[in-house]
Amino acid sequence: MLILQNVSRQFGGLAALANVNMTVPEGQVTGLIGPNGAGKTTLINNISGLDHPTGGTIRFRDVDISRQPPHKITALGIARTYQNIRLFGEMTALENLLIGQHGRGKATILESLVFAPRFRREEKTLRAHAFELLEQFGLQAAANTPAGALPYGDQRRLELARAIATHPHLILLDEPTAGMNPVETHQLGEQILRLRASGQTVLVIEHDMSLIQQVCDEIYVLNFGQIIAHGTHEALKRDPQVIQAYLGEDAEDGAA
Amino acid sequence: MEFLSSLGISEPVVQFALINAILGLSIYLTLFTGMFSLANAGFMAIGAFTGVIITQRLGLPLPIGVAGGMLMAGVIALPIGLPVLRLRDIYLAIATIGFGEVVRILILNFDPLVSGLIGMDVEITGGALGIKRIPKLTETWHLIIFLILISYFITRLHRSRFGRAMAAIRQDEKAAANMGIDTVYVKNVVFILSAMIAGGAGAWSGHLTRIISPGDFGFDKAVDILAFAVLGGTSTWVGPIVGGFVLTALPEVLRFADQFRGVINGLILMLVIVYVPGGLVNPAGIRRIFERLRGRKSPSAVPPTSTEAGSKA
Repeated sequence: MLILQNVSRQFGGLAALANVNMTVPEGQVTGLIGPNGAGKTTLINNISGLDHPTGGTIRFRDVDISRQPPHKITALGIARTYQNIRLFGEMTALENLLIGQHGRGKATILESLVFAPRFRREEKTLRAHAFELLEQFGLQAAANTPAGALPYGDQRRLELARAIATHPHLILLDEPTAGMNPVETHQLGEQILRLRASGQTVLVIEHDMSLIQQVCDEIYVLNFGQIIAHGTHEALKRDPQVIQAYLGEDAEDGAA
Repeated sequence: MEFLSSLGISEPVVQFALINAILGLSIYLTLFTGMFSLANAGFMAIGAFTGVIITQRLGLPLPIGVAGGMLMAGVIALPIGLPVLRLRDIYLAIATIGFGEVVRILILNFDPLVSGLIGMDVEITGGALGIKRIPKLTETWHLIIFLILISYFITRLHRSRFGRAMAAIRQDEKAAANMGIDTVYVKNVVFILSAMIAGGAGAWSGHLTRIISPGDFGFDKAVDILAFAVLGGTSTWVGPIVGGFVLTALPEVLRFADQFRGVINGLILMLVIVYVPGGLVNPAGIRRIFERLRGRKSPSAVPPTSTEAGSKA
């Protein structure tokens, strides 16, 4: 579904990504792990169009998205969350989900000026869908609360709901468990598995090995901008290169 | 009306207050979208000169002058916005100040420029002296209707998909782009709308002041327009209107202070900015002030008991 070929991102003399080759198969949960500064977030930024590779190509469903602006990539069906939550803090949870559906609306400014039927119908469906998502993520009570005033866990869930509001085929999750306790992490894992069961493809960047083990079908290991290994959790646990670069004790944790 | 005139607020003051409220709304649109643009004085100049040229040199009626002024400002905003709106914050402010200066100097030298091009002496913008003896065609009710139309437009915009995109861009432009919002498109459309409103204000004011010259629309004017929005508050569309009214009326009301008028005017501005940072019309800020007032009362009721307890112990 998503294929990266020799993707490089050079910042001056520094190669944040060097010839990354990677495939995210449809309907699976793919993991991307690696130590801090390995280039994981740079990779996600390049896929989601906030940044562009200096070399190589990124193809999504046979479309080259390497140089596409972010809104076009979203329209093609890639959504994301952020390592540091980036909700629209002054807007309510409901409004955040309406923004998520921006690309689905078609009413023009003129139509909203004169309350044209299409505008009213569209607002109705967008709102209905936003409420559905709130319910699905247990956020009904937060509908009219400014997103910035929500508790941390709710903000995390709202961000995921907002990503789903764009109707993606592929969701990129950038360290979704940051700041979560083990119980919340496990719940998130179940949520990801539910998404997978509904046919959603997911690429998840994580530090938390328990989540990776819980949800990932396949894992890529990134270090110094290069993919140093890829395979299942079981296989990687025994890869000496991976253990040396990153897993180490975490692998033991996973086995325990 | 009698109460207003007792404060020194005559009909011309009301008219300028209305113009300034419209200008406040023009910059409100860009500020609401997170763009710190100071180009509106330049667009006002374009609207004023285009409008007056249409009515005076071409002899067409005022509504066509205003429509022409708005259209011209909008048409010029497009090629300016595309390159300039890539900049952010203070860099955008400086670039747009530059635009204002270019407009001012172009209007100043428009006649010799055109004369040279067509090989014949013409008088269009009138150089440094500008255009004089413009009949006073603008009526108060024109301005009230225009202000109501613009206000209606903005309230509808806020409730539309496009308006939500504007707010999203202000709060986090990159996240907005990841939500599928074409940020370049939205920012440019807002820049053009803002320019058109400023152009309209210019065309109305051109038929109010009897004289327009390029010097009326310099950096000072750009800062004035920003002040209407900032003092009034940019969290709702009502703020810039109130800001425009207050800042127009204040110098008149302060007439009694003679030569200290400017000083008091400036002091009031500073106090408002310091103590009501969100502007005069700012629901959240006003709530905070009330809470602080209440908060100040309740601790004064609590400490005596605690000091009593302390002295007993």
